[in-house]
Amino acid sequence: MLFVVAFLAERAAKRGRARWLNSPIIYTLSLSVYCTAWTFYGAVGFAARSGLEYLTIYIGPTLVMIGWWWVLRKLVRVGRAQRITSIADLISNRFGKSNTLAVLITLMAVAGTTPYIALQLQSVTLSFSAFAAAGPNAEGFGSAATAFWVATGLALFTVLFGTRNLDVNERHHGVVMAIALEAVVKLIALLAVGVFVVWGLGGGLGPVIEQIEASEIAEWEIAPSRWVALIALSAAAFLTLPRMFQVLVVENDDERHLRFAAWAFPTYLLLINLFIVPIAVVGQNILPEATNPDLYVLSVPLVSGEAGLATLSFLGGFSSATSMVIVAAIALSTMVSNHIVMPIWLRVTGGGALVSGDLRNVVLLSRRFSIIGVVFLGYVYYRISGGGAALAAIGLVSFAGVSQFLPALLGGLFWRGATRSGALAGLLVGFVIWLWAMFLPSFGPDAALSADVLAHGPWGIAALKPQALFGFVGLDPLVHAVFWSLTLNTVSFVVVSLASFPSPMERLQGAQIVDVFKHSSSGQRWRGGMAQSEDLLLMAQRIVGATQAQGLFRRVASEQGLEGYLPEPTPEFLNLLERELAGSVGAATAHAMVGQIVGRAAVSVDDLIAVADEAAQIMEYSSQLEEKSEELIRTARQLREANEKLTELSHQKDAFLSQISHELRTPMTSIRAFSEILRDSDGLSGDDQSKYSSIINSESVRLTRLLDDLLDLSVLENGQVSMNLEDGLLVDVLDRAVAAAGLIGKVSIVRRREREQMVIHTDLDRLCQVFINLIANAQKYCEALEPELKIMTSAKDGRLYIDFIDNGLGISRDEQLVVFEKFSRLGDDRESGAGLGLAICREVMQRLDGTISYLPGQGGTAFRVSLPFED
Amino acid sequence: MGKTVVLVEDEPNIIEAISFILSRDGWTVHTHSNGDTAMATLEVRAPNLILLDVMLPGRSGFDILSDIRGHAVLAQTPVMMLTARGQTKDRERAMELGASRFMTKPFSNSEVLDAVRELATS
Repeated sequence: MLFVVAFLAERAAKRGRARWLNSPIIYTLSLSVYCTAWTFYGAVGFAARSGLEYLTIYIGPTLVMIGWWWVLRKLVRVGRAQRITSIADLISNRFGKSNTLAVLITLMAVAGTTPYIALQLQSVTLSFSAFAAAGPNAEGFGSAATAFWVATGLALFTVLFGTRNLDVNERHHGVVMAIALEAVVKLIALLAVGVFVVWGLGGGLGPVIEQIEASEIAEWEIAPSRWVALIALSAAAFLTLPRMFQVLVVENDDERHLRFAAWAFPTYLLLINLFIVPIAVVGQNILPEATNPDLYVLSVPLVSGEAGLATLSFLGGFSSATSMVIVAAIALSTMVSNHIVMPIWLRVTGGGALVSGDLRNVVLLSRRFSIIGVVFLGYVYYRISGGGAALAAIGLVSFAGVSQFLPALLGGLFWRGATRSGALAGLLVGFVIWLWAMFLPSFGPDAALSADVLAHGPWGIAALKPQALFGFVGLDPLVHAVFWSLTLNTVSFVVVSLASFPSPMERLQGAQIVDVFKHSSSGQRWRGGMAQSEDLLLMAQRIVGATQAQGLFRRVASEQGLEGYLPEPTPEFLNLLERELAGSVGAATAHAMVGQIVGRAAVSVDDLIAVADEAAQIMEYSSQLEEKSEELIRTARQLREANEKLTELSHQKDAFLSQISHELRTPMTSIRAFSEILRDSDGLSGDDQSKYSSIINSESVRLTRLLDDLLDLSVLENGQVSMNLEDGLLVDVLDRAVAAAGLIGKVSIVRRREREQMVIHTDLDRLCQVFINLIANAQKYCEALEPELKIMTSAKDGRLYIDFIDNGLGISRDEQLVVFEKFSRLGDDRESGAGLGLAICREVMQRLDGTISYLPGQGGTAFRVSLPFED
Repeated sequence: MGKTVVLVEDEPNIIEAISFILSRDGWTVHTHSNGDTAMATLEVRAPNLILLDVMLPGRSGFDILSDIRGHAVLAQTPVMMLTARGQTKDRERAMELGASRFMTKPFSNSEVLDAVRELATS
């Protein structure tokens, strides 16, 4: 039987893949994994025991599908955008990719799903025993052995079909197809039984309604608190059951399928539930008192001798059970393998064997063992709980367990302030309360908790009594557990979230997920595409400039055959754009930016690190630029200084030329004027004529001397003259100088010739020129009534000093500073030459390794000449 | 004719030459050779014409020129600048300050005479 279904499923999957797989019908049918054996068998039992209360289990999902389709849409969008593989993956992703959270949720999911799997095993076992009891070989089917073999079979089946291939998106098209087929099988089976019961046994619609009116079900009072709790519970479980999350989000191919499913799935639920009450009522009427109401669907046709219908019914129940176990096992094994086994394996092996083939095998192996583990946990639960509990009660334990995910899930989706610590706190609190108040007591007294603990609380603390926490007595155990666990879960989640700060990763993921519609494309491709392109253009303009960005976009658009600036965001275009942007902002940043807009990839930590690296590089680059610019500033300053020097030199040159011009033009003016007077004026006296002629003569001499001095100075300054070094006596040089200059004027020269007898090695003629200049200056400028010039010689420390000191007024401090500059004639004395004499002296002495300086504080004008000298 | 000219110049030979040619043209020539005290002489003499050298001991010809142009009595007196520094910027500066003529040394006597006559009649 098992394999018939398997082959059927596989064939259907293979055949239908191309045409059917992407249809919203398949999606809707796959959602029917919600209706398990619990629905198939348990709903009738539930109705028989608790009246219309069973409907709450289906009202919840209906409300979610119709009223909360926007929550579902967001879930699906996030799932696509973040490549979510399970509910643990989603919540851990939202809260900063926290693995702690993922592990906790995985454990909770396993714990919560285990009773559910046990429920399936129980129902299959029950149906087997009921079916077999009526058949020829009734013996040999012990219920425990049956359950074991059913578990083994289901595990094998799931391993075969659930881990056939390893898909990155964790999609299992084949399995989905099989589930869809099973959905059809169970619907048809239930409808067929229903039709048979109403028209075959009950004698038509009218009599059946009468029977219902007469039965206990009609008299059943509705307990409002239980109704509210159950509706809320089933709605929550619809979103948070691992298997529901698997088909709803992970296996979703197209967001638009949700719109179809929003009305189609409630319709399916309605059809499934159509005949539950008639079957329950008719079953109660025609079957013996001891018959398990959970098996009415099967036992009614059996008792009526309809073997074919019974087989169909059995198949329907079997389908319900297997589809649930398969999907739950796949979802749980994905979680266990991704969040528990793989992290441990990678840590143990140090991630060294990351060769794709190896890893693939490890993952597959861990999935398979996880599946087997999960299924057999269900078996263990079934064994411990004794297999006697009603199906619906077991299912509710499971619902309450997984609905603990709801606060973290919804908070994560809609509240940016939610934090990892908040989620952890809420989940832990909810989980613990659920374990204590619901899961452990579900095994029955003295199985997991002793009857004493149940009745009086642990260590006699009444406030901790599992079914009357904090002294709340009198509530229905289910309502009690759901109320406390979910309330305290939510409160802890909110309070701790408010009190803690999210990490950067949490903020980032939070923004990505809460604002998923801003970041990712909508289901309608073309509109989303254009909107994305517009965003991309806005971003690109900001980065590379409007002209370049628009040029690129228009070019690509025209290549795609579109008009305007907005091309379809094809992968080729996105890659091109990324490369274009990378030139400006770096590859990682470009990738992250484009990824943000098209929602193609979440920004991973690696992306962020790469972005940070780029930023660091840019900072380093800019600091290099800063250094460069400092260097440039230095260079500029040097250039400016050099330029100032040049300008100063140029000013000096201008001043010098202007001075030369003046010195030359002045005598020439006199010469020209008097020569014209001599030429043009009649009747000049002889005296005048000779006076004017001698002026012309003296001015000509002045001109000549000026030119001689200029040339001399120029030659000295340019270093073009060679000094004629020879040995001689200082006294001889001074004698020559005095003879040349000293005898012209009235200045008396005072010397001590006995002190001047030293031999000097120098250019004697040039030295003599300096001496003549100094004596001549004294002749010209000494204002004393009895002018006198003392020439004093001394030698000290290898230098020879010759001082020329007159008895005049001396020169002022200011004039001392400029006395050696060219054309620096002092005062308004007309006797002076061009003002080049001392400048020439300075040049000469420099060439002779000597100095000439003004000697202050000697009374009159005093100059000191020094020369190198060896004793 | 009673026309007076003040020559402010520090080069004795040039003073002698200019004095000679202007006297023979009928001018009464007063001379002054120091920049610092030139204004006093000018105020006293209140001449019909001023010949002013640029490079003087003490205050320069330019300083004296701007004083003349700001002086109540002398402001309208024609001033002929004389300079041995034949640079364009000196000429420009002289004209800006209100010089009537600018003459670069060396000059011919007839040039000076023509200029002086022209300034006297204007």
